[in-house]
Amino acid sequence: MSKLNTSSSELDLDRPNIEDYLPSGSIQEPHGTLRLRDLLDISPTLTEAAGAIVDDSFTRCFKSNPPEPWNWNIYLFPLWCLGVVVRYGLLFPLRVLVLTIGWIIFLSCYFPVHFLLKGHDKLRKKLERGLVELICSFFVASWTGVVKYHGPRPSIRPKQIFVANHTSMIDFVVLEQMTAFAVIMQKHPGWVGLLQSTILESLGCIWFNRSESKDREIVARKLREHVHGADNNPLLVFPEGTCVNNHYTVMFKKGAFELGCTVCPIAIKYNKIFVDAFWNSRKQSFTTHLLQLMTSWAVVCDVWYLEPQNLKPGETPIEFAERVRDIISVRAGLKKVPWDGYLKYSRPSPKHRERKQQSFAESVLRRLEEIN
Amino acid sequence: MGNSSSMLTQYDIEEVQEHCSNTFSQQEIVSLYQRFCQLDRNGCGFISAEEFMTVPEFAVNPLSQRLFRMVDGLNFKEFVLFLSAFSSRASLQQKVEFIFKVYDSDGNGKVTFNEMLDILRDLTGQFISEQQREKVLTQVLEEAGYTKDSLLVQADFMKLLSYSSETILDVVNTVPVLDILILGNSVLKMEVEVPVD
Repeated sequence: MSKLNTSSSELDLDRPNIEDYLPSGSIQEPHGTLRLRDLLDISPTLTEAAGAIVDDSFTRCFKSNPPEPWNWNIYLFPLWCLGVVVRYGLLFPLRVLVLTIGWIIFLSCYFPVHFLLKGHDKLRKKLERGLVELICSFFVASWTGVVKYHGPRPSIRPKQIFVANHTSMIDFVVLEQMTAFAVIMQKHPGWVGLLQSTILESLGCIWFNRSESKDREIVARKLREHVHGADNNPLLVFPEGTCVNNHYTVMFKKGAFELGCTVCPIAIKYNKIFVDAFWNSRKQSFTTHLLQLMTSWAVVCDVWYLEPQNLKPGETPIEFAERVRDIISVRAGLKKVPWDGYLKYSRPSPKHRERKQQSFAESVLRRLEEIN
Repeated sequence: MGNSSSMLTQYDIEEVQEHCSNTFSQQEIVSLYQRFCQLDRNGCGFISAEEFMTVPEFAVNPLSQRLFRMVDGLNFKEFVLFLSAFSSRASLQQKVEFIFKVYDSDGNGKVTFNEMLDILRDLTGQFISEQQREKVLTQVLEEAGYTKDSLLVQADFMKLLSYSSETILDVVNTVPVLDILILGNSVLKMEVEVPVD
C-alpha cells in the first residue's frame, strides 16, 4: 500500500547514534490520526535549528577562552606591568638563548650521526632517537614546561599504537621529550614542514594530506606496515584529527583502531592558569603560538599513560574508538561531543539530514495507515 | 552600533530590546551578541551562508535553507528580532506568526497548497514519493474542512496550531483517559534557551 523509498546513499550503520547526543525537540511520540495540524506544526524542527543558531556543541570545542584579566585595580596593575617586563625582557631572551644553544648542540650532533653512521643503522637510530628527545627537552625548557608524567613509560614493542587527545602541536613535543615516537601528522608549510621532512622523517613519521580523499587508504597501509615492523619507533596518533580546546573531545577517527594491535591511550591536560595551550589554527600561525608560549610564565600539564586496550570480541572499531575516547576524556576531565573534527573544514554529510527526513516520513506514513 | 566594534553600549542593548518588544532580557541580548560575533567571523556585520553552515547542527536540519533565506544579511538587531519568536516570553501569536512566515515563502500573506507541499518535501525528502505527499496533504486538508485550492491565512494557522481548541470528543477517541489532562494544557512548544554566563 504505502511503500517507503529506500535511501540510495550508503548508510554507515556502524556510526554511533548522534540522535542520542543531540537535544530532542518533541519527546512525545505522535500518535493518533494524522491531522492538518500535525503537518503544519514544524515547531520541533524549527526549535532545533534555532537552538543550533543560538549555541552549538561543535563551535564550543574550538573556542579559545581567554583568561580573565586580573589586573583591574590600582595595585595589581603595576604588578602586572612588572610581570610583563619580566616575561618579555628577562624570561624571553633567556628562553631564546636556551633554545638556540639546544639547536646548536642538536644540529652539530645530528648531521654527523646521520651521515657518518650510514652503515650502522641500529646505532644511528638509537642516537637519533636520543637527540630528538634532547631537542624536545630544550623546547619544553624554553617554555618553562612543567610536565608531570603519570603511569608506566611507553615501551618499544611491535603491534602497539599510542593515541592521545590533541590540543596543539606542542602535544607532540611534550610526549616526544619522554619517548621518541613516530607520529602521523598533517604536512605543514614553512619552517615546520622543513623540520618535518628532514628530522622527523628519520624517526619514521608518516604524512597525510587532509584534502585528498584517496589519501586515507595510502595512510592506512603505511600505518599497518609501521606497526607490524619490529624495529620501528612506537607510533603516536591523534585520532581527533584536529586541535581541540582541551575542554572537549571530538569523535575519534577509527583508522588507528582497526589495525589489529593494542591501543595505549594517553591523556593530556593543560593547566590554564599559566597559559592556554590551545592552538587555534584559524586564529594564529604556529610561530605566533610558540612566541605566545615563550612569553608566558609556564606551560604546566599532566600526561597520563593509561592502560593498554584491545579490541573486545564483538566490538566494532568505531565502538572501540569511542570506548578509548571515553577513557581518555574521563582521565583528563574533558567533555565528549559527537562531532567529527573534520567538520571544521567541510560540511556534514547529507546522511544526517536524510535520517531526520526518514524518521519523519515514516511517522507520517504510519499514522496514515491508521486512518485507512 | 558600529559594525567593527565588538562592544555593546547600554543604549545599544536597550534599542535592541525595544525592537524585539522585550522578549529577551538584557543579559540574553549580550549573550546573543557574543554569539553573533562568534558566527560573523569576517566581522562584516551580518552572518553569511558559509558562516551559518559551519555550524553542523544547523547544516543537518531539513529546514536550514528556508531559515537561512529568512536570516540572510540581517544585522544584529534584526537577528535578535528573528530569534524573538523562540524566547520563553514570546506569545503564542508571535510563534504562530513565525511559522506562518516560514511557510509563506512569497510573503503575500496567504499560504497555498504548493507552499505547504514545499515544506513537506523539505521535511520528508526522498522517503515519500511526490504523489504520496500530495495525497496525504489533500486528505488532511479536506478532513480539516479546506480544499486543495484553499488559501490559508495567519488566522487559520492560529486556529489550527492552538491546541487548546481541542474538542473533548477528539481527545477521548485517540488518547488514553489519563493523557486528556495533559493534552488540554499543551501549547505550541517552540522555545530556545539563550545560555547566559
